[in-house]
Amino acid sequence: MDPKGLAFLGAGFGAGLAAIGVGIGIGRLAANAMDGIARQPQSAGTIQTAMLIAAGLIEGVGLFALVICILLAFKG
Amino acid sequence: MIAAAALAATETVAQQAPETGSGFSVTDLIMGHILDSREIEIPFTHTAIALPPLHLGPYDLSITRSVVMMWIASGLLLVVTLAAARRAKDAVPTGSRNVLEVFVKYFREEIAGKLIGHDSDRYLPYLLTCFFFVWFCNMVGLIPGFATPTGNISVTACLAGLAFLTIQGAGVRQYGLVKHLKNVVPGGLPLWLYPIMVPVEILGQFTKPFALCIRLFANMTAGHVVIIGLISLIFILKSAWVATVAVPFTLFIFVLELLVCFIQAYIFTTLVATFIGMSAHPAH
Repeated sequence: MDPKGLAFLGAGFGAGLAAIGVGIGIGRLAANAMDGIARQPQSAGTIQTAMLIAAGLIEGVGLFALVICILLAFKG
Repeated sequence: MIAAAALAATETVAQQAPETGSGFSVTDLIMGHILDSREIEIPFTHTAIALPPLHLGPYDLSITRSVVMMWIASGLLLVVTLAAARRAKDAVPTGSRNVLEVFVKYFREEIAGKLIGHDSDRYLPYLLTCFFFVWFCNMVGLIPGFATPTGNISVTACLAGLAFLTIQGAGVRQYGLVKHLKNVVPGGLPLWLYPIMVPVEILGQFTKPFALCIRLFANMTAGHVVIIGLISLIFILKSAWVATVAVPFTLFIFVLELLVCFIQAYIFTTLVATFIGMSAHPAH
C-alpha cells in the first residue's frame, strides 16, 4: 500500500469522522436550544446567544481535527 | 462539517484530474491563498508589488502580505474609532459613537464585569483591542483581493501568546509570583489527587491559549478553503452549468463567514476574559 495513498485515506476518514462528531454535537445543542425557546419564548435572545457561543466552541474542536487532516493530506 | 466535505471532495477530484489543460491546480490555488507571500497581487492584473524583506539579526521580520493586511485592518479600526471619538464630548451619542458604545458597554458589563469582577476596567482596553482587532482582521480577508491575517498561524499564535502573558500577568499582579503559581491548582483537594491535578493544571495553562490560537486559525482558514474549493469546482468539472449550483452555495458560505468572523472574535475575547478572571480572582 502506497504510504501517500494511506495518508490521503487517513485524511479523508479523519475529516469525515470529525464532521460526524461536530454534526452530532451541534445537532444536540440546537435541539436543546429549540426546546428551551419553545418552553420560554421570552428568553429566546439569551438562548440564541448562548447557542451560538457553544456552537463556535464545538466547531473549534472539529476544526482541530480538520487541521490535522489537512496536515496529513498536504504532507502525503 | 461543510469544510471537511468540500475539502475532501476537491482533494479527490483534483487527484483524478491533476492537469486540466491550462494547468489549473486546485491545490496551488488554495495554498496560494492560505500561505503568506512576500508580494501583494493586484487583482485583475498579473502584476504584483514585491514587499521589502527585513532582517534583524537572525530574525526574519520581513513585511509580508499578512503584515500589510494587519496594517489595513488597524487603519480601518483607527478610522472608525477616531470618527466616533471626535464627538466624545456630546451628551447624546449619535452615529458611529453610538454603535461603538453598544459594543464597549456590552463588553464592559456582560463580559469583563461578570467574568473578571471588580477590577475589570484594568483589563478592558486589552479585551476590547482583542475583540476589535481580531474582528477587523477576520473581515479584511473577506474583501476580494485581500488576505486574512488571522488565517496565518503565526498571527494567531502571537495573539494567543499575548493572551497567555496577560493571563499570567493578571495572576501575578494580584497575588505575587509564588501564590499565583499555587493558585493554579485549586485548593481543598484530597491529597492523592495532587499528583494528577498539578500536571493537568500546569498543562492546562498552556493548552488553553494554544486552543485559542488553533481555533481562530482553523476557523478562518477553513472558511476560505471552502469558498475557494466550491468556486474551483466549476473549473475542475469544466462546465459552466456547475456555476448555477456552486455560486449560490458559495454565496451562502460567504455570508456565513461574515457571521463566523464576528463569532470567532467574540469567542476569543470571551475566553481570554474567562481565563483572566480565573487567574486574577479564582473562585475557591
